[in-house]
Amino acid sequence: MGEFKVHRVRFFDYIPSGIRALAFNQDTERIAVARMDGSVEIFHCPDRCFQEKIIPGREQCGIEGLSWVGDRLFSAGLNGEITEYDLTNQKVKYTLDAYGGPIWAITGNQQGTHLAVGCEDGTVKLFELIEDTIQFERNLDRQKSRIISLSWHPSGSKIAAGMMDAIQIFNIETGHSIHRMLVDRGVGTSRSRECVVWSVVYLSNGTIISGDSVGMIKIWDDQTGTLIKSHFITKSDVLALSVSRDEDSIVAGTSEGTVVQFQFIAMVLGKDDKEWVRTRTFKNHTHDIRAVAEITTAVVSGGMDTHLVVKPLLDKIEVKSAASAFRKICFPHRRLVSCAKKSGLMLFQYTGHLELWKLGESEGQGMPGSSLLIKKNPEKLLHLKLKGEDHIRCSAVSPCGEWIVYSTASSLRLYQLHCANNNVSITKISNLPKVLSSANQLCFSSDSSHLFSASTQSVHLVSLSQDGCKFVGTLKPKSGSHQAIHLLAASEDGKWLASANSDHEVHIYNLQTLKAHCTVPVYSSAVTAMGIHPTTNCLFMMHADQQMFEYSIELKQYTDWSRTVQRKGLHSLWLNRDTPCLNVMFNPQNPSHVILHDAYMLCIIDQSLPLPDDKALFYNQLTLKSLPEKQRKSQSHAFKVCKTFKDILCVELMSDQSLVVVERPLEDLATQLPAPIKQKKFAT
Amino acid sequence: MVEKSDIRVVRCGGSKINLRPSVFSTDSRFVLCASGDSVKVYSTRTEECLHSLQGHTNQVTGITLNPANHLQVYSCSADGTVKLWDFIDGILIKTFIIGYPVFAICVSEKHEGIIFLQLSMATNSKSECLQLVAVHLPKSAEQEVEAKELSAVCSHISSNPSCTALGRGGEFIAFARHLQLNVYFFRKQKTYSFSLQATDKKGAKNAFTCVACHPTDDCIATGHEDGKIRLWRNFNQKKEYTYSTLHWHHNAVNTLCFTPEGTHLLSGGIESVLVQWKYGADNKKELLPRLGGAILHIAASSDGQLFCTSHSDNKLTVIESNFKVCGVIQGLVKGDDVLTDLMIDPRSKALVLNGRPGHLQFYSLLRDKHLYNLDIVQQEYIYEAGLDQFEVVKAVFDIKGSWLATVEERGRKSSDLEFFLKLWAYDEKTQSFVLNTTITAAHTDRIISMCFSSSEETTMLVTTAEDGQFKAWCQGADADTQQDQNFWSCDFVGSYHNLKPTNCSFSADSSLLAVSFQEVITIWSPETWEMLTTLCQPPGEIRDLCFGRLSCSKYLLSTTNRNLCCWNLLTCALEWSTSVEVSKLQPDPLSENVAAFSYQSKHTDLFVFKPSEPRPLFTHKNVCSEKVHRAVFVPQEEPLNNCDESSQWLNRSQLYFLTQNMDLLTFNQATEEDRMLSSSKRLVIDDSVAVTPFYLLLGKHRQQQQNLNTPSYTGADKPQQPQGSATIKELLHTPAHVLPAASVLCSMFVNSLLISKTGVREEMESSEQEMDSEKEEEDSEEEMEACDSQQELRAQGSVDEVTPKLSKAQEKELKRVRKTDFSWMTGLIDSKP
Repeated sequence: MGEFKVHRVRFFDYIPSGIRALAFNQDTERIAVARMDGSVEIFHCPDRCFQEKIIPGREQCGIEGLSWVGDRLFSAGLNGEITEYDLTNQKVKYTLDAYGGPIWAITGNQQGTHLAVGCEDGTVKLFELIEDTIQFERNLDRQKSRIISLSWHPSGSKIAAGMMDAIQIFNIETGHSIHRMLVDRGVGTSRSRECVVWSVVYLSNGTIISGDSVGMIKIWDDQTGTLIKSHFITKSDVLALSVSRDEDSIVAGTSEGTVVQFQFIAMVLGKDDKEWVRTRTFKNHTHDIRAVAEITTAVVSGGMDTHLVVKPLLDKIEVKSAASAFRKICFPHRRLVSCAKKSGLMLFQYTGHLELWKLGESEGQGMPGSSLLIKKNPEKLLHLKLKGEDHIRCSAVSPCGEWIVYSTASSLRLYQLHCANNNVSITKISNLPKVLSSANQLCFSSDSSHLFSASTQSVHLVSLSQDGCKFVGTLKPKSGSHQAIHLLAASEDGKWLASANSDHEVHIYNLQTLKAHCTVPVYSSAVTAMGIHPTTNCLFMMHADQQMFEYSIELKQYTDWSRTVQRKGLHSLWLNRDTPCLNVMFNPQNPSHVILHDAYMLCIIDQSLPLPDDKALFYNQLTLKSLPEKQRKSQSHAFKVCKTFKDILCVELMSDQSLVVVERPLEDLATQLPAPIKQKKFAT
Repeated sequence: MVEKSDIRVVRCGGSKINLRPSVFSTDSRFVLCASGDSVKVYSTRTEECLHSLQGHTNQVTGITLNPANHLQVYSCSADGTVKLWDFIDGILIKTFIIGYPVFAICVSEKHEGIIFLQLSMATNSKSECLQLVAVHLPKSAEQEVEAKELSAVCSHISSNPSCTALGRGGEFIAFARHLQLNVYFFRKQKTYSFSLQATDKKGAKNAFTCVACHPTDDCIATGHEDGKIRLWRNFNQKKEYTYSTLHWHHNAVNTLCFTPEGTHLLSGGIESVLVQWKYGADNKKELLPRLGGAILHIAASSDGQLFCTSHSDNKLTVIESNFKVCGVIQGLVKGDDVLTDLMIDPRSKALVLNGRPGHLQFYSLLRDKHLYNLDIVQQEYIYEAGLDQFEVVKAVFDIKGSWLATVEERGRKSSDLEFFLKLWAYDEKTQSFVLNTTITAAHTDRIISMCFSSSEETTMLVTTAEDGQFKAWCQGADADTQQDQNFWSCDFVGSYHNLKPTNCSFSADSSLLAVSFQEVITIWSPETWEMLTTLCQPPGEIRDLCFGRLSCSKYLLSTTNRNLCCWNLLTCALEWSTSVEVSKLQPDPLSENVAAFSYQSKHTDLFVFKPSEPRPLFTHKNVCSEKVHRAVFVPQEEPLNNCDESSQWLNRSQLYFLTQNMDLLTFNQATEEDRMLSSSKRLVIDDSVAVTPFYLLLGKHRQQQQNLNTPSYTGADKPQQPQGSATIKELLHTPAHVLPAASVLCSMFVNSLLISKTGVREEMESSEQEMDSEKEEEDSEEEMEACDSQQELRAQGSVDEVTPKLSKAQEKELKRVRKTDFSWMTGLIDSKP
């Protein structure tokens, strides 16, 4: 099914940042994830946990806490500032200094009226939420030690604060402390060390549950301020706690990488006296778990090992399906690599810098499956370091390899690349048009003559030439939502441009008239990748739920093939894959082929062959190989899957018919992480 | 041919005590365990066996305390009965006939009058599935009742009884099989089932191995093949059930047990470490390591003070709640295979065989007690599967029991064989065997057999090996060794045509040595080491070889896989031969008798014969269904004097044999059993009757009787006396609560004091007595009232003195007298002396 020369690239040293905080919004079913580098990501749970939005962070901005208040998302960090995010435009709305030193905890009450932050100076500060901003209201009684964790009573009248060696309960009305509960230190040498109450949870029945650095989960009564029960769950720290919505289950994340579940269970069946009992233990992490969240049907956890793990709770799931399956999200659902198809250049996007590499060259031909001798090693041409504190949001290299563009939250830079012999130099294009102040997504036209820059709802078109760039026009949809665009696709002939936004809308613009051409019917799942076919000018879209659509731009309707796919349905093995497709490519030599890839496989869809039904063998390459030529025809179907590569970040088909596969093996990633807590393993 | 009804195969001595969990009495003074066909009652303090409850005719498969009366115990057996015992006194109270082989029993306080049994109702007994059945016990006063009211609770339960457990207060029953746990609620009559996946990604084996229920909470603990313990809760819901996992064991969890208060969970497995988990605080655990064999069962006493673990090496360990071992009850250790033969230590008359790895055990069959272990290998044994370690494979005693030769071996499966021949001398001072000589390379290949010479003067050991040689070993034969120390060294090396020697045997007077080389028997003179003759067998390799004893010492017996041959050594000719496949030939050292076990058409038959006459003395068809390879004659404590031809061979020795299932069986005579029973009862009485006024009275009476009897009476009167006293003892020994009313007993009691008559007269008398007794019952009450204790004391004492002298007429008069006014009788007797 087509043979390609493959550049197997493993020199992209991408290291995702560790997860620091999680917040789940019950109403919109979205999880906000804060990472160590200050970036905030929004995952949409029902849509197979697709990473909808990424708000890049900034240098020196460590987030310590994250909290939803209604639809508004707040974070606070050790720089002492509270940040509110503009989720529509995917950027920081404003920051506000709390004037209490580093902030360790932030939490909003269920009523959505107040926000409480715990500061290094020992104060709990209350902020009132008003339209568009927040306003400082007052301090609660100041304590001697820092406030590490906070939890509101669901009624909003009391708040529990975890501190060093103690837990304090405050009355919100008076601002005075009601109870002070002392937490035991560890035994032995750890007796001299303070016990840190990393996490507290305040339940509506007046029970307070705390997790501390001694490794204990303690259950307290707020009426008497006494300890009811304590569970020793780990030799190291209990770092995170989360309670389910109906308060019958609690999950705790430990620094050993385990998540321990406690359930509120009647000890004698059918009676009402319930107790908290330790039940399940999940071990899906190698490093500290810094954040857990119990969402409706699953436990979400994340930590130093950078993976976000969604572990379904089988007892809460009605029907087992791919949407509710176990998931481990290791890589962003965005492309971090862009390739110059014609000149063999690759641009790697790191948080704070860009790298430009030239692909190596190999000698002659070889057998399929064999590796070729390398004539010329891949070469790093450029290391472009950012100025300023902001991290890169998006970047692109033009197909000819002459232009490099990147954007942060506040600025956009365009460079021209000059390659003369072995000298590589870049010149920054100054006096960019004003509209190019910042972009959510960047894309070059296939002939490298134009740059498309997506700001929030519109796409700006800039023409590029040797003597600078010129603003051509702005493409705006006729109607639709105000969500930011996260995907752009330009057609080969320079006639069409497609854009997709977080509300699942796909708009198609005519570049000749600079007008909106049409809008693809909105599908319920987010678009993860799309591409316009070079010959037929059909838009091929991949969605997070693994469905695929082909839309004819000229006819403004779905193609026949797409309708057939929808009518016959896709194979269950295809639908059950758990990473989204990240790129759609077309083979100019064989127009019926569509090339797709996700993190685990590379797939060629042959639109000329019949679709497999559910009974057919999906991964049938090996069986096909063993069959004689005649039967092969009858057995083959449209999907050809290649699983030779693993942990794929990007696949691109170059102009010379060679494939570039950028891999980032998880084992390599693990070696670059800090060492986990040493644990004695049996038989070692 | 011979009557064999009174000789039967029994499990007597050396049976498994670890088959089922043991049971503590409520006061924790006794621990009960199923042992072969009986239930044994051990004291937890002294570890001595108090008595065994005998009555079942097949393996006892379960015991449990009667929830209604904590002094009684139910036992069930594969013979299809459930028996209720008073275990303090060792009395059978009731027998319930179920009619199907029973494999386990459980009871609950809540279900009064109901016992739960695991039966195999299927016609083919091989089927793995059992049925759990609730049996309503009929309330009838009879001794033997047929329990017909069976109602099935659930079918297809695991054949492992530890996979079934009654829950809190008998509300539900949990039973697991393979990968499924089922919980049946009695009130709702509903079953919930929860299944696990066969394997998860890490290759864990999830199959259930045992189940235990918390006594007060609704929590089920299950053990799994991969060593995990799961605690299940909320199991009355299909989906929202939940469990937590405890993991310490690295291999399958064999047993789980909650303490009676429910504060702790005990678990055990092959690691032989008792693990105590704190209930509710899952990470806290206490370990008690190095308990010996793998833990099979754990039982806890009702006050939670004592635990009892059953181990795979047939041992019970009594452990205090502070995790200190306070007692060990050791049974006969039977591994997977007895490599050494069954032997009898000539000094202690104890059975000797492989015991713990690397040890020889000495076990007294008469007292059914483990005596001691002799460490042969003297190396640390490592409990790990697949490790090739030294094992004792051969052992033999000389005729006086002053020498012991052992062979230990390693690497039988692999090619690099390593073995040692060791000789042990009996040390009178320490009363045990002391290593005398170790021979590292006795032969170039493994030793097949060895034997000591049977004469009393010189001791000589002959070994045969696969290298084609046999060697004779003598004490101090080597001149190089120091004179003052008597080490063993090689005296002679013999071979025959490079054939492989298989067996060797000395004649009774040690003048001849027979060594078999495949199909040829060679006869050697140990004096001169010259080969005297060869005897050529009918075709077939020789399996067993033995000389006749005593009057038959001129005969040599040999077996092949087809024939049993008897050679006359005087004529060097075949005396007789029969075509029978003999799997084991065992001569009795104390008589001419030889026992032969033959395996034919899937069952084993026994023949006992004298070499001089080809007609067997005794045959027993279908002794067991497996092949018998090990057997031994154990000398009787005191010779019996059976005149019956068929049982004469049991007079001096008792024959024990080991089946392939490692069951130690023996032959017993019915009369012999009765005697044993009665003797044991007598013992009990003497020890346990409390010192009451009544006892004083009777004790006096007995003494007087003895005093009177010994000088003046002999012969005919003597046997009569125990009869009378036995009745009294029976009367006194039986606890009051199981006795009939005193009024019924009174006449019996008085009758027993009388001398019974012989012949026709006796019969007449008895009929008369019967008539009398009816009347007697009527007026017995006032009689009782009439006599005050002092009077009675005097009266009975004097009656007893008088009785032997009474004539028939006088006796009659006495009877008449008895029915009349009592005070009058006292007067009469008072006047007599």
